[in-house]
Amino acid sequence: MDRIPILKMGRCLLVTIQVDLLDQTALALQDDLAERISATAAQGVLIDISALEIVDSFVGRILASISGIAAIMGATLVVVGMQPAVAITLVELGLSLDGVRTALDVERGMALLQAGERSHGGA
Amino acid sequence: MVAPEPSAPRNGAMALVAERDIVACRQLVRKLAQELKFTLVDQTKMITAASELSRNTIVYGLGGEMRWEIVTEGLRSGLRLAFEDHGPGIPDTALALTDGWTSGTGMGIGLSGSRRLVNDFELRTVVGEGTCVTITRWR
Repeated sequence: MDRIPILKMGRCLLVTIQVDLLDQTALALQDDLAERISATAAQGVLIDISALEIVDSFVGRILASISGIAAIMGATLVVVGMQPAVAITLVELGLSLDGVRTALDVERGMALLQAGERSHGGA
Repeated sequence: MVAPEPSAPRNGAMALVAERDIVACRQLVRKLAQELKFTLVDQTKMITAASELSRNTIVYGLGGEMRWEIVTEGLRSGLRLAFEDHGPGIPDTALALTDGWTSGTGMGIGLSGSRRLVNDFELRTVVGEGTCVTITRWR
């Protein structure tokens, strides 16, 4: 089974999804990210889904679940790069990705995470 | 007038047995939707619906098949997909089509959500015999 690489950049973890996701691969990413957040004490996680041509309810559920897991572990998840057609389809499907922070691209997502770090009083 | 390519098949079928088939199903539907020159949004909607329904066939229907057909009606053409299994069937279809209801571990959005992504939606199910969901999206 393919595993999606997780890169560490400073206090953030960066994931770029570049394959058509198998359900098992998405589940493995959830578990791997939890491990890596714990191991690196990352404060932010950025998932770039710009290469994903669809997000169905399964992947949507995994993203919401990763967001929840990250929050409990003291990290913030930002999902970036969703294609417009994917966003339109997700809303019509009835999936609002409640609680998942999003940004248009990696740069804006990083800015969001860094702003979050600063607001924690530079601890 | 442009005649349709005589060599291109107008229908076909693929087995839906393992999780990997969900990915193969999405790829096939993408190819067909592109051949029909669906807009990107329409392609995305049809592929997403196929992803939801093929997963249902495999996970809840215990495997089955997807049949596809390029359909024409007057001047319009479209893509029709039928997801059929011989699984346990759905006892209460009204409930199964309600957002948020699930018999498994999903979000309960697959069936009701995919209905919103297509133009025509038909659900036939017999308890103990199986389920067939047919969807059509017109260009």
